Amino acid sequence: MKVAVLKGGRSLERSVSLRSGARVEDALERLGHEVLPLEADGALVRRLAEERPDVAFVAMHGLGGEDGTAQELLEILGVPFTGPSVAACVRCIDKSLSKHDLRAAGIPTPDWFAFNETAFRELGAADALGGLEERLGFPLVVKPSRGGSALGVKFAKSQSDVPAALVSAFSYDDRVVLERFVDGRELAVSVLGGEPLPIVEAILRAGDSYDFEARYEIGRTSFICPAQLGDAEATAVTEAAVAAYDTLGCSGFSRVDLILADDGPQILEVNAIPGLTDTSLLPQAAEAAGMSFERLVERIVDLALMAAAR
Amino acid sequence: MADPPHRRRAHVRSSDLERYAGLFAQRTQVMRSSAMRDLMAVTARPDVISLAGGLPDTSTFPPQTFAAQMTRIAQESAAEALQYGPTEGFRETVDCIVEVMGAEGMLPDPEDVIVTTGGQQAIDLLCKTLIDPGDAVICEAPTYPGAIPVFCSYQADTIQIECDGDGMRIEELEAALERLDGEGRRPKFVYSVPTFQNPAGVTMSLERRRRLVELARSRELILVEDNPYGLLRFGGESMPPLYQLDGGDFVIYIGTFSKILSPGIRLGWAVAPPPVMEKVVLGKQASDLCTSTLTQYFVREYFAAGRWREYVSSVSEIYRERRDAMLEALEQHFPPQATWTEPQGGLFVWATLPEYIDTGDLLAKALRKDVAFVPGQSAYVDDRGRNSMRLNFSAGGEDEIREGIRRIGRVIAEQVELYGALTNPAASSAPAPAKESDMDSPGLPRPGAAGSKRVGGDVLPFRKAEGE
Repeated sequence: MKVAVLKGGRSLERSVSLRSGARVEDALERLGHEVLPLEADGALVRRLAEERPDVAFVAMHGLGGEDGTAQELLEILGVPFTGPSVAACVRCIDKSLSKHDLRAAGIPTPDWFAFNETAFRELGAADALGGLEERLGFPLVVKPSRGGSALGVKFAKSQSDVPAALVSAFSYDDRVVLERFVDGRELAVSVLGGEPLPIVEAILRAGDSYDFEARYEIGRTSFICPAQLGDAEATAVTEAAVAAYDTLGCSGFSRVDLILADDGPQILEVNAIPGLTDTSLLPQAAEAAGMSFERLVERIVDLALMAAAR
Repeated sequence: MADPPHRRRAHVRSSDLERYAGLFAQRTQVMRSSAMRDLMAVTARPDVISLAGGLPDTSTFPPQTFAAQMTRIAQESAAEALQYGPTEGFRETVDCIVEVMGAEGMLPDPEDVIVTTGGQQAIDLLCKTLIDPGDAVICEAPTYPGAIPVFCSYQADTIQIECDGDGMRIEELEAALERLDGEGRRPKFVYSVPTFQNPAGVTMSLERRRRLVELARSRELILVEDNPYGLLRFGGESMPPLYQLDGGDFVIYIGTFSKILSPGIRLGWAVAPPPVMEKVVLGKQASDLCTSTLTQYFVREYFAAGRWREYVSSVSEIYRERRDAMLEALEQHFPPQATWTEPQGGLFVWATLPEYIDTGDLLAKALRKDVAFVPGQSAYVDDRGRNSMRLNFSAGGEDEIREGIRRIGRVIAEQVELYGALTNPAASSAPAPAKESDMDSPGLPRPGAAGSKRVGGDVLPFRKAEGE
C-alpha cells in the first residue's frame, strides 16, 4: 500500500512534526508499505494529486496540520487520511470552542473566559478583567485558544500579571482563554478508534512546570503508564476522556489531557493529532497496552481506511 | 548488485527511553535543549528573513583564491595536509595567529598558543581544565549564548554581572567577588567578550579594562578574554585587549579565524600561561587529538599571500553599511519604547523592549511574518533578558535587514498597542503612550536620560551605574 506521510509545515510545532513523521515513516516501512514522505509545503497538493497515495498519514501538529486545513485538502483530493475529521480538528484546535461543546455536553472542564484581540482593542474588554478574581480566582492560566503545545501558556499569579500574560498569549493566536487553575494530577488518555488506552500520568521533576520544553525532552518529566489510580478514579477519568473524544466528534485517534482534581477529572484539551515522537504519550500508552509502535501505526491506518470505506 | 538496505535507526520504545534516561550523566540534566531551539527550527525556512544567526558573510571571499590555495596544497603537500598534526597545532599556524594578535597590539609567546577547533573548543577546553561541578564562573549579563551550554555542561555555578554601554560593571563584579569571599569561594575565572560583545554589541571602556585587569592582578583572578570581533571595527577608537593590558599573566585569551576568514575552517586558538596550557593540551588530546591539518594548511597559504588585512577591511566595510542600514531601520520602525545599542564593530545589535514584552513569545508572532531574531533570554542563565533581543547584521543584505526590522517593528508595535488597550482601556481607540512605569523598569534608560536612545559611541540600553 502506498502511504503518504504528511509532516513539517509552517506551524511552530514543525520540528515535533518532523520527528513524529520520521518515526511513522520508519514504522510504515517496516510494515512493508511504500512510504511517500511529504513535507507540507507549496507543492503538497500537486504531489498528492500526482502520486495518488492509498492513504495519507497526517503527522502534523499545530496550526495548518491539526486544525483541519490539511484534512480539508485531503477530502477535496479524495485521499483517505488518518486521525479526526475536519470538523473534529476545527473543534479540538480551538480551546474556547471545544470547552463550550464539552460544557454543553455536561463534561467537566475548568471555568474560563475567552477573548478576541479585537475585544480589547476595540471594545474595551480590559474593563471586564477586573472581575477575574471573583469569577476564576488566582492563579489563573492564560493560553492561546489555538495551538497544541504549551507555547504561550502563562500563569498569572495576580491581576497585575494578566496584561503581560495576555500580550504573550496573543502572540500565538488572536483569541486567548483565561482559565481557572485546577490543581491536581496531570493525566493523558489516548483514545484509539473510540477505545481508551491506559492512562498516562506526567510527573515533573521538582520545581518544573509542564511546559513546552518538559514535553519534548527526555528526562525532564517522568511518565507513569498505567497511572497509579484507584478503580473508581480510573473509571471516572477514562469515561470523561472518551466522552470528550465523542463529544468533539473525534475518530481514528486523539489524546485527551486532563487534571484529576479532588472533585474529579477536569478536561483541559483534546489533541486531535497527538505527538508520535519518542517522548510522546500516545505511543507510551499503546505500549502499556501491549501494542508496539508498528501495530499502533497499522491500526491508525486501518481506521482511516475503514472510515473512508463507510 | 542491489544497493545495501538503507540503515534505519531501530525503533525506540518508551521503555528504551527509560533505560537511557537512567544512563544519562548528571550534567545532561542541565544541558537543556530549549523550546527556543524548536522555534528556531522554523527560522530555517527559506522564506524567513533571519536576523537570528551569527553568520559572517563568506560570499565575498574570492573563490579563485580559495581554489588556487587548495590546489597548491593538493599539489605540494597532499600527504602532510591529509595527515594528523601536533595537538598544539602547527608552528606555521601559530605564526599566523601571532600576526593576527599583533594587529591588535598583542605580542604572545608562540609557546603559549594552542590551535583549537574554533574558539568554541577553546571555551570548552578551558572549562574542562578549570571547572569542577559547582565551581563559580563569572560572565557578563548578557553573555555569549554559546558559552552558556558549555558552562552548564561542566556544571558551573554561573554568575552574571550586568553590562551597560561601557561593558561589564566592575563595581558589581567586585560586589559579587566579595559575596563569594564571604562564602569562602573563589571563582575559577571571569569570562568576558570585552569588544563588540556578543550579544550586546557593546565595548568595555578603557577605564574599566584597566580596573578589571588590576582587579585580576590583585586578586589573582583569571580573566578569559574572548575576542572574535576585535578586528571588525568600523568606528571609534581601537581599544587595547585585556591580554595586552595584562601581558598574559592573568588573562587567558581566545581568538578565532571565524570572523576574519571563515567559520567553516573551524580554526580558533587559546593563549594561556604554560601551567594552564599543559593541561589544556592534555584535554585537547583527549577531545580530538589535533585540529584539522587541512584547514591549518589553508590558513598558512592564505596568510602567505599577505592579503588577509585587506579582506578584513573589506568585510568590515560591508558590515558597517549593514549596521547603518539596521540602525536606520530601527530608528524608523521600532516604537519609541524600545532602545538599542549602536555597536562600532562586530556583528550584533541588542535591543531592549518594554518589560511586558516577552521576546520568546514575540518570536512566535514574528515568525508568522517570516522574520526571526534571537530572544534575549538565551544570553542569560536565569530569568533575565526576557524583554530583549539580539539582531544580527552581518549575514544578510541591507534590503533584507531593513525589511526584517520593519516586520519586527510591526509586531512590537502591535504588542505595545495591545498592552496599552489592556492597561488603559479608555484610551484604547488610540495607541496608548508608554507609561512612565514601563520606562522606569530595570534594563531601560530612564526617560530623558541621555536623550533616550542615542548616546555617542556605544549606546546605553542598560542602566548606568550610579557614579559611573
